[in-house]
Amino acid sequence: MPAPLIEMRGITKSFGAVKANEAVDLSVAPGEILGLLGENGAGKTTLMNVLFGAYAPDAGEILIQGQPVRINSSADALAAGIGMVHQHFHLAPRLSVLENLLIGIPGKSGRIDRVGGLARLAEIGREHGLTLDPDLPVSALSVGEQQRLEIVKALFRGARLLILDEPTAVLAPTEVDGLFAALRSMAAQGLGIIFISHKLNEVRALTHRCVVLRHGRVAGRVDTPATTTSSEMAQLMCGHEIVPPARGPSTPGAAVLTLDGISTSGHSGTVLRGVSLAVRAGEILGIAGVSGNGQRALADVISGVLVPGAGQMTIAGRAVSRFSPRGVQALGLGRIPEDRMTTGLVTNLPLADSMVLPRIGTEAFSRKGLLKPDAIRAFTEEQIKAYDIRCPGPMTRAGALSGGNLQKALLARELAFDPKVLIVSQPTRGLDIGAARFIHEKFLDMRARGCGIIVIGEDLEELLMLCDRIAVMYEGRIAGTLDSADATVARLGLLMTGAGQAEEAA
Amino acid sequence: MSALFEQIFQVGFLAAIIRIATPLAFATLGEMFSERAGVLNLGIEGIMLLSAMTGFTATSLSGSLWLGVLVAMLTGALMGALHALFTVALGLSQHVCGIGVTLFSSGLAYFLYRLIFGQQSVPPSIKGFQTLPIPVLSDIPVLGPAVFNQFSLVYMAIIAIPLAAFVLYRTPWGLSVRMVGENPRAADSAGVGVIATRFQAVILGGALMGLAGAFLSMAQFNAFTFGVVSGRGWVAIALVVFGRWDPWRSAGAALLFAFVDALQLRMQASGLGHIPYEAFLMLPFIFTIVAMAVMSRNAVAPSALLKPFRREER
Repeated sequence: MPAPLIEMRGITKSFGAVKANEAVDLSVAPGEILGLLGENGAGKTTLMNVLFGAYAPDAGEILIQGQPVRINSSADALAAGIGMVHQHFHLAPRLSVLENLLIGIPGKSGRIDRVGGLARLAEIGREHGLTLDPDLPVSALSVGEQQRLEIVKALFRGARLLILDEPTAVLAPTEVDGLFAALRSMAAQGLGIIFISHKLNEVRALTHRCVVLRHGRVAGRVDTPATTTSSEMAQLMCGHEIVPPARGPSTPGAAVLTLDGISTSGHSGTVLRGVSLAVRAGEILGIAGVSGNGQRALADVISGVLVPGAGQMTIAGRAVSRFSPRGVQALGLGRIPEDRMTTGLVTNLPLADSMVLPRIGTEAFSRKGLLKPDAIRAFTEEQIKAYDIRCPGPMTRAGALSGGNLQKALLARELAFDPKVLIVSQPTRGLDIGAARFIHEKFLDMRARGCGIIVIGEDLEELLMLCDRIAVMYEGRIAGTLDSADATVARLGLLMTGAGQAEEAA
Repeated sequence: MSALFEQIFQVGFLAAIIRIATPLAFATLGEMFSERAGVLNLGIEGIMLLSAMTGFTATSLSGSLWLGVLVAMLTGALMGALHALFTVALGLSQHVCGIGVTLFSSGLAYFLYRLIFGQQSVPPSIKGFQTLPIPVLSDIPVLGPAVFNQFSLVYMAIIAIPLAAFVLYRTPWGLSVRMVGENPRAADSAGVGVIATRFQAVILGGALMGLAGAFLSMAQFNAFTFGVVSGRGWVAIALVVFGRWDPWRSAGAALLFAFVDALQLRMQASGLGHIPYEAFLMLPFIFTIVAMAVMSRNAVAPSALLKPFRREER
């Protein structure tokens, strides 16, 4: 094995009382793709931020080609040949591709070196198949192209080690293949790559070696990811065995939610173009698709936030005449919004307030225009107990809860009213395996009790495990619906890119 | 009305437009640099007033016009640095600090002026900038006397516009300014000093605002009065939006405003005397509001405008 390109020894980093990293050792050799695996909050991103100079470690050292170095800023990291592709891209949307590349690069006789930049961009494009139009504004690029730009940006600055933080989270399956091909090409030319992920199959497919973090510590090292089973790695990740909940056969009843030719017009986001679908009682329908293909508009229409321009919707057999969150709720719809923190609840108020927010004017929680604080408190306490929501009490500030506990709270507040239809977006995003497992079980419970559930998600594995049928959205339309028995990641991926049409399985 | 049209194409009228546009162009470019870096500078009105005062005073005491200009620019730069200290280094509200800078600068200008010149029945004046005809060019019919027979500060403004565009769009520093105004995190991860770049842009902007103030007290009026700026700073803020944060468009916006202002001055003087002159005074401002409503509805401000930057710490 060649000498390591970079080595981290005994890295420890605390935030207050929380040890985000403790005595972590890690090394990457030239030409090696190292997987960094771990649950949310395991300390992967913190570790990489230490390497990239965003945080100073409390203890430990970093060696580059055997020489100890101090990395105090991203500028230091760049100078040391470390490039990072963050989860949230660091790009200026209104500036051109080339301008985003040239930022921070000294010019030629006081001017931006456009000619040199173009040449370098073309060279990188040839070497790794990473081509980009230099004069397009970044806002005109797809998410996949923006990621490509971030990679090119790192190479442009002469990075010899590339860190990618959950790069596949934003990509369609076909784009993932393209990314992997580019990464393999870079590794073949002697670059070191750190690939951060919690998706086991990707780590197994791509990486040469793999380090698993748990609670900030190295939980294990896998030298042959390709031949190690996913369940072995999952066990390293969460410290115990994880059995996915079994989805029994279902006997769907009558349709509880139907959409017929729903179209929207709007000034922001993707519009819906004639979406028709039906969810039956006791059925889980998945909505897959690359984000930004109308999923948000669909969720907003169903939850009454967005009034469609055309089309009909029924809930439990009754036509929705007035689209408003209260209106659809009265017909039996429950909703768990995509973004817990901004649209789910009010982070600065007590949890109890958020728990009753959607029903604040109803008889259960108010009388003659006055709130019933005891009822609100009792309701919240009841849910905290029933759903094992870890918090000091109902008056805790909602924003202080962890993601998993917030999601449980949101689930509790809807399920307490026995909805006929439940719509959820990204139900387990950002949750660890244990919390995700809990949410999944609750969905399957509701399904067994005859609730119709729509799950909008980007994680295909999750949808395949959970759903009876999966509809794929592409550019505001339903590109196809597959029975989960026939659905595979590959077939869904094809639909997600707009290629091919599947038969309507409804 | 035909008399009015004749007046429009008079040399004097065109020259007046250019003259009125000059301080607006400096101020607008100054505000534009600041906002492009993500910092709204509502201190502009006060900075212009204080610079007009310090420039006038320096010239009045030393007899040197260019020393006055330099002092005015330094005053502007200093006040820009003060605004940047509050908004960039300390990350305070740009609105509140900007208004604070305006109030402070205005008060300071009045105070220092009284302290230096005392209470006088006739305000002191200086021999300000004289027109400087440019050989050959000033002989071009109509355009020559209108554009090339002006104060040297006017020529500076004419040069400043393409220069600002060059700096902003063609130099690494200009790219850094645009980047910290759009996505400071991106700039930071590329090794660009966000705080330093913002400081520089706000200070440069302040110096340009100082130049605008100097023009008012040292070329246009040759005296300092408390009403010497009279809202031109606020107008510049609107013109930046109208000009979509672009040097060329901003300068164009300044010219357009100057055209309407010159027009209303002529209308006051023309035969429309039965209308109170205050009605004409309102015209340029009404025009600005209408023009902004029509032209700037889709204008998009720099994404990071008003947002202080702090390195992420948990």
